[in-house]
Amino acid sequence: MQIIVNGAATEVDDAITMAELIEQLQLGNRRLAVEVNAELVPRSRFPERRLAPHDQVEIIHAVGGG
Amino acid sequence: MPTETTAPDRLTLAGREYSSRLLVGTGKYKDMAETARAIEASGAEIVTVAVRRTNLGQTPGEPNILDILPPERYTILPNTAGCYDVETAVRTCRLARELLDGHNLVKLEVLGDEKTLFPDVIATLKAAEELVKDGFQVMVYTNDDPIVARQLEEIGCIAVMPLAAPIGSGLGIRNPLNIRTIVENAHVPILVDAGVGTASDAAVAMELGCDGVLMNTAIAAARDPILMASAMRKGIEAGREAYLAGRMAPKRFASASSPMEGLFFQP
Repeated sequence: MQIIVNGAATEVDDAITMAELIEQLQLGNRRLAVEVNAELVPRSRFPERRLAPHDQVEIIHAVGGG
Repeated sequence: MPTETTAPDRLTLAGREYSSRLLVGTGKYKDMAETARAIEASGAEIVTVAVRRTNLGQTPGEPNILDILPPERYTILPNTAGCYDVETAVRTCRLARELLDGHNLVKLEVLGDEKTLFPDVIATLKAAEELVKDGFQVMVYTNDDPIVARQLEEIGCIAVMPLAAPIGSGLGIRNPLNIRTIVENAHVPILVDAGVGTASDAAVAMELGCDGVLMNTAIAAARDPILMASAMRKGIEAGREAYLAGRMAPKRFASASSPMEGLFFQP
């Protein structure tokens, strides 16, 4: 199925979990936070949170800023 | 320190005490090493960061800004820079809180246009209300408007941060009388946020009675950012001490400093 990750169309396995997506993107050990369809998904729920086709996923981190 | 008999002069924000009244941003530096050295030289204990998309498919070992900001040493203040509406500002704060393991201190800014980066005060008030209800401790960037500052305080913001001049402009304090009025009305810390250009601007803000100053570009865009960070630290300290000391009343005409008695000639 196709989802959108940080604005880019991405092909993933059907019903992939957020934990699996993070693993596939090799972001496992990074400090980040995630939204799906503009709703925050707490890290503790990554293993059970399944994604659906066309879900909009935002994976964010901290950067320098004023 | 003011005098030996007075209590240490500390900035209290969200129940925590800080000995530095200079808050710094972490944007616009050449690299992570320069950022770290400038923060060190500034003496700042509260440091802002922005929240952005993670780069995907890039080097896994890429350094992150949080790596150079150990949480036991610095209070991280995530901002909502780049947000032009209530919804994105609130979403950004929720992401930041999750990113920082429930740390709920945020710097709210809802911008009105790209040319001035002036705040959209109507949207800022709405976003502040929503965030306070959601349990955030909100430090809010706003105009140098005493009425809006008071309303933001009434909503429950823990600090109000009027601009000195447009963000990144380095123009200094354009409206000192308004800043003074905001300070006089306030029951929460007032920090000048944005527009400072050099150390004397920081000192002026502190002499007006501000509780602190938040800056980024004035340090990062200096020819020698590390030296400017140190200058800003001193400017903040000098201005604060001058404010606490209470300046002399200005007079129109001269007043001799040496005694008139005991002259050995006729004046």
